[in-house]
Amino acid sequence: MTTTPVIQAIDETADTQGRPPLNVVYEWLTTVDHKKIGLMYIVYALIFLVIGGIEAVLMRIQLAVPNNHFVSPQFFNQLFTMHGTTMVFFVGMPILFGFGNYLIPLMIGARDMAFPRLNAFSFWISAFAGVLLYYSYIGGSGLYAAGSAPDVGWFAYAPLTAKIFSPGHSTDYWTLAVFLSGVGSIGTALNIVTTIISMRCKGMTMGRMPLLVWLYLVMSSLVFVTVSPLTAAQIMLTLDRYLGAHFFDTQAGGSAVLWMHFFWIFGHPEVYVLVLPAFAFVNEIVPVFSRKAIFGYPAMVAASVGIGFISLSVWAHHMFTVGLGPAGNTFFVFATMVISVPTGIKIFNWLATIWGGKVIFAVPMMFCVGFLFQFLIAGLTGIMLSAAPFDWQLSNSYFVVAHFHYVLVGAILFALFAAFYYWYPKVTGRMMSEKLGKWHFWLFVIGFHLTFDFMHVPGLLGMPRRIYTYEAGRGWESWNLIIGIGAAIQTVATLIFVYNLVKSYFRGEIAGHDPWDAWTLEWAIPSPPPSYNFAIDPTVNSRRPLWDLKHPEDSDSSYE
Amino acid sequence: MSCFDKYSTMGFSNGEGGLAAYGATFFAASTHSPTSIFDPAATPAHSIFGLSMLVLSVTLAIFLIVAGLLLYALIRFRHRPTDSDREPPQIYGSNQIELSWTVIPILIVVMLFLTTTRVILGTEAIPKPSSAMDVIVIGHQFWWEYRYPRLGVVTANELHVPISDPARPTPTYLTMSSVDVSHSFWVPRLAGKMDVIPNRVNVMWIDPLQAGIYLGQCAQYCGTQHAKMLLRVYAQSPEDFAAWVNQQKQPARQDFTGNPVAAEGQTVFMHNACINCHTVAGTVANGRFGPDLTHLASRDTISSGTIQNTPENMRKWLADPNSMKPGSLMPSMHLNDHDLDVLTAYLTQLH
Repeated sequence: MTTTPVIQAIDETADTQGRPPLNVVYEWLTTVDHKKIGLMYIVYALIFLVIGGIEAVLMRIQLAVPNNHFVSPQFFNQLFTMHGTTMVFFVGMPILFGFGNYLIPLMIGARDMAFPRLNAFSFWISAFAGVLLYYSYIGGSGLYAAGSAPDVGWFAYAPLTAKIFSPGHSTDYWTLAVFLSGVGSIGTALNIVTTIISMRCKGMTMGRMPLLVWLYLVMSSLVFVTVSPLTAAQIMLTLDRYLGAHFFDTQAGGSAVLWMHFFWIFGHPEVYVLVLPAFAFVNEIVPVFSRKAIFGYPAMVAASVGIGFISLSVWAHHMFTVGLGPAGNTFFVFATMVISVPTGIKIFNWLATIWGGKVIFAVPMMFCVGFLFQFLIAGLTGIMLSAAPFDWQLSNSYFVVAHFHYVLVGAILFALFAAFYYWYPKVTGRMMSEKLGKWHFWLFVIGFHLTFDFMHVPGLLGMPRRIYTYEAGRGWESWNLIIGIGAAIQTVATLIFVYNLVKSYFRGEIAGHDPWDAWTLEWAIPSPPPSYNFAIDPTVNSRRPLWDLKHPEDSDSSYE
Repeated sequence: MSCFDKYSTMGFSNGEGGLAAYGATFFAASTHSPTSIFDPAATPAHSIFGLSMLVLSVTLAIFLIVAGLLLYALIRFRHRPTDSDREPPQIYGSNQIELSWTVIPILIVVMLFLTTTRVILGTEAIPKPSSAMDVIVIGHQFWWEYRYPRLGVVTANELHVPISDPARPTPTYLTMSSVDVSHSFWVPRLAGKMDVIPNRVNVMWIDPLQAGIYLGQCAQYCGTQHAKMLLRVYAQSPEDFAAWVNQQKQPARQDFTGNPVAAEGQTVFMHNACINCHTVAGTVANGRFGPDLTHLASRDTISSGTIQNTPENMRKWLADPNSMKPGSLMPSMHLNDHDLDVLTAYLTQLH
């Protein structure tokens, strides 16, 4: 095999392994290495995933039978508020930023992010925000001894958050936590965009970037535009609560609908902020396990950028029941339906990538297959919700809850699990157990479908979300029981996953550089990668540099 | 119902769970629930039902095609142990194919959009008939106030409306706002929901076609007892409705000669803080914070539809509302047993 810069890089980095840090804790606390920060993001998010999961299980126990008294109404309201806030701001965002932090420099042949210290700052301020949110259980009572954790719902509609309806400090903990997490998110997004624009290795034009990098570019650009209004709204709410401003104070002429606009101009693009990285993982994993290049790379890029733009004009589909009037409703129906076109293009391109390949059903691919079917269903229920009159019935019902959990769990979490199994060998140098992975997959699939398929039904039968109990006789009982059973199965599956993560770290099979016979740059360097990633800057000639090395007779660069 | 027959077999067509849920949904919807959106009983709910059937059929067709292709590809192109080690041919894309799966979805979107727009306009943009009746709906934490401005009637939690004959429609227009936080008015068999927002006026209309009680509940999280803010709509024949209006227009009963217990209860009521929050028409009680009690005994339920209106429940409620509905804004007045007895006797006489 001819000597290429990439191979040279591999040789030279291999010798410099194995310098243990003098003080592990000090090393991690002060690190500005993108890989360590990425891992801290991921571990931190996993801890909150467990906390948010426990909250979900408590809610499902409460709702499993009608007229249950397992928890009080106040505690239940705190549970769904904390569950939503935790899962979006302290699981979804950090875990995806973690993967981005870890993978993007490796995939574009860079040695670190553009702003390493901003990176560390963003992580630590987000981490502080999560701790602050949960400190509310201790410190939230304030002077009035009213409640502890926030109980205003994760979208905290005004004026329920006004001082008069939410005395004490619980809402302030929510506001400040979301505000600080927003600061961290904007910092990391800025970092990712700058890194992608300016840190690519020689030969890596925009058109040769792995799709994962493209998707993170779109996702991070979206974060600028969407998290900023949310962060601004938190400041306005705090002014309302403490300095007598009247932005959202309806008693003094403020507007409740203004808050909804601020929240959903963040809230809907946020769904895409979370799902685009999921697409990113699938874009990397499906081709490798189908043994084929991604079908329609330019179309995939165009669809992703298109989704980014269109997602900024769909927010008021969360507000079809607010009384926007026929003109407003019609516009947002159209914008929302149109977004299904680029999304459809993605699904078709994944299908075409599989078509004609040799599909290997390793655990990462199994989770991607789950993703494909479940994301398809989530998209189709999304079309139902986009038809405004249908939404007048479904909005704020359990159908909506089922729909967005289909996206968040069925699509995003499945893609994340795929990403864990796929990149774990790169990060730790060891394979995750395939056997435990299959147990995890099948149990999670069964639990997921029991919970979230059947969750659509009570919504169609008139069950609104965020009720702590319900009377018998509405036709909701059996569905809620099944949903609860599914939640229990998912819990077991998740425990198997966590066990697998820990066990494989010590006992896993040694992975080597490139266990999946993959094609992007991160597989050219040792596992785990040395702190400087690449000893010398790599040069690439195509979208799949390692494919070209392995198949010089049929290289991508000759196709391009 | 023919639609039901048509869709009930969906669940058997594919192993994928989402579909099974659909099939099961239609089954359950047509049999059990008093709040099913698939059992419409008024024009707005009917037109939504029609649209939902169209959208469900289109999305089901898309699902079957795409999921079928995916399943086929995964099985047909799986790696077999007998396969050679060679990588499959690398195909990078095809403009024609990309174009076709861009254009076809656009056509579907345009079709769905136009149909949806028609339903939006048919519900939100049609002129209000002069025969319409007006009701002002006011959301409170955690109950509903109904005022009939042209009839001079004020009531709470149980909304009475006349049924509407399609030939001579008498729809009821609900003009809605809230005194505190956002709520949402949702009676699935009559119409989609409409939010009830403070410092904002929203309008929706319903025209129940048959007499009966239609259930629903608040659909926007509004605080601790969001779950127990139920809705009850009584659709009545024009005669029954007129009789109800007549009865509700009367001032509250004040003469309790022959019923000294109730008379004593009236005194307890009028000398306690009850009157600060509640109205009993024709008396000194003119509070607006809580429900109007002028004809309390004529209602089937108390506590916003969550408790049957029986003397036992009433007494328990008066003793400590928070024991039955934790988070209710009505405080316990710490009355002694005797006062509770006489107050219950009074309130159960307010027909």
